[in-house]
Amino acid sequence: MGNNAEIIVIGGGIIGCAISYYLAKRGADVICLEGSDHFGNGGSSRNGGGVRQSGRDPRELPLVMYGIRNLWPFLSEELDVDCEYHQDGNLRLGKTKKHEEILTGLTERAVKAGLDVKMIDGDEVRRINPYLSEEVTCASWCPTDGHANPLTTTLGFYKAARKMGVHFLSGEKVIEMRKVKGVLRKVICASGNIYEGETIVLAAGYESRAIAGTVGIDIPMQPAMLEALVTEAEPPMFDQMLGTAEADFYGHQTKHGSFVFGGSSGLEGFTKDNGTPVCYAKTAPCICRGIMKYFPDLAEAKIVRTWAGWMDRCVDGVPVLGKVEEVPGLILACGFTGHGFGIAPGAADQLAELITTGSTQVDLSALRYDRFRAKI
Amino acid sequence: MNAVNDRSRDIGPFIPGTDDDILICRCEEITKGEIRKAVHDGMWTMTEIRRYLRTGMGLCQGQTCAKLVKAIVAKELGISPAELEPATSRVPMRPIEMRIFANELADKKEDGQDGK
Repeated sequence: MGNNAEIIVIGGGIIGCAISYYLAKRGADVICLEGSDHFGNGGSSRNGGGVRQSGRDPRELPLVMYGIRNLWPFLSEELDVDCEYHQDGNLRLGKTKKHEEILTGLTERAVKAGLDVKMIDGDEVRRINPYLSEEVTCASWCPTDGHANPLTTTLGFYKAARKMGVHFLSGEKVIEMRKVKGVLRKVICASGNIYEGETIVLAAGYESRAIAGTVGIDIPMQPAMLEALVTEAEPPMFDQMLGTAEADFYGHQTKHGSFVFGGSSGLEGFTKDNGTPVCYAKTAPCICRGIMKYFPDLAEAKIVRTWAGWMDRCVDGVPVLGKVEEVPGLILACGFTGHGFGIAPGAADQLAELITTGSTQVDLSALRYDRFRAKI
Repeated sequence: MNAVNDRSRDIGPFIPGTDDDILICRCEEITKGEIRKAVHDGMWTMTEIRRYLRTGMGLCQGQTCAKLVKAIVAKELGISPAELEPATSRVPMRPIEMRIFANELADKKEDGQDGK
């Protein structure tokens, strides 16, 4: 196989794999390059598995709603892998007056954008999920939200796209993009290999910034480390996705029976990670204390594993998608800011449509690169 | 490692074996056949196999089956097991109750010592 294709996708996470898949489905010829040794090795396989609309910025809401209506319900069948998709609602929990204000604000904005979400009180929360402690006084409730398995979904997109003829290479770290006669054309790797395409999709998470920098584009985003843990298998307790007003804790019970919870210590950005996504000693115990306040019954559940990963935190909290005026041939698909999993199928499908037809069903204009401005 | 790994390299077709129903990962009940099939689905590293199938993600965290899985994957790929990097070991070393894991601050107050 050669090093030329219609489309070169940089990044083999869920975004890159799903774009490759939806492009191949539309008949395109694709090469997908992953810098690490494993596909789906960044946030794609380290996240909490949320497939939710509530709590999202109105600018990205139409895209995730599109995915939840049209793609997620059929994904397991389409990819021939168990994505473990559950659409049993999302509770975003609050304990204080301040939390209630945050949740009410988020809910009002989402309702305006056409989402079925409402505020409920503590008693109603416990009718939906009887395991929640009395400390919970309110929540936003979105019945069409849910969760899925990030590992099988990400690798499912990879598997299905590979089967359709997408040329995947791992260990192929991109260090530079290069224009030819004013149009983006070449992708240069640390191995010395050079790939050429008519369209180049940049979906390399936080590493996209450095790569985009080689063609004079600067995306205001930074890596930020997040941590998560998983318990041993427990008897089935509840099927909802959970989050909190402060966004400090989230999780769900998986099909396997284990609970996957993500959280934070408040020391993020200042932990000692030595450049690797290694857990910080204070974080997992802090997440455990948080969980036990919400779910006293889980105090005896055993933690079997903890892990960490970096998200690509964009300055305004929503992804950067689509064409870039200054660099014809470039399509950006990065900056998902830690909530890229649930939105991935919708975003990837629409970007594949943009690349193959020139237009999209969902308006992506609010997520374009040209939105970044200085404050004065 | 970061060696370029072309996932379109031909490793031949999946040929069913008579011992495909042997359980290899006992915690998660994954068979030899499932592991071999996953290789043909494109899962070519120990990390990908683990994430795709859950091998080594159960209570023993792969302390029992990791070597066996590695040998099966290597054979299917036609390479030496030494070329496959093991999946990352994760904290904690042994499963630990949430209330104990959460307890590091309380202990510190009681005996005035760090890390106990």
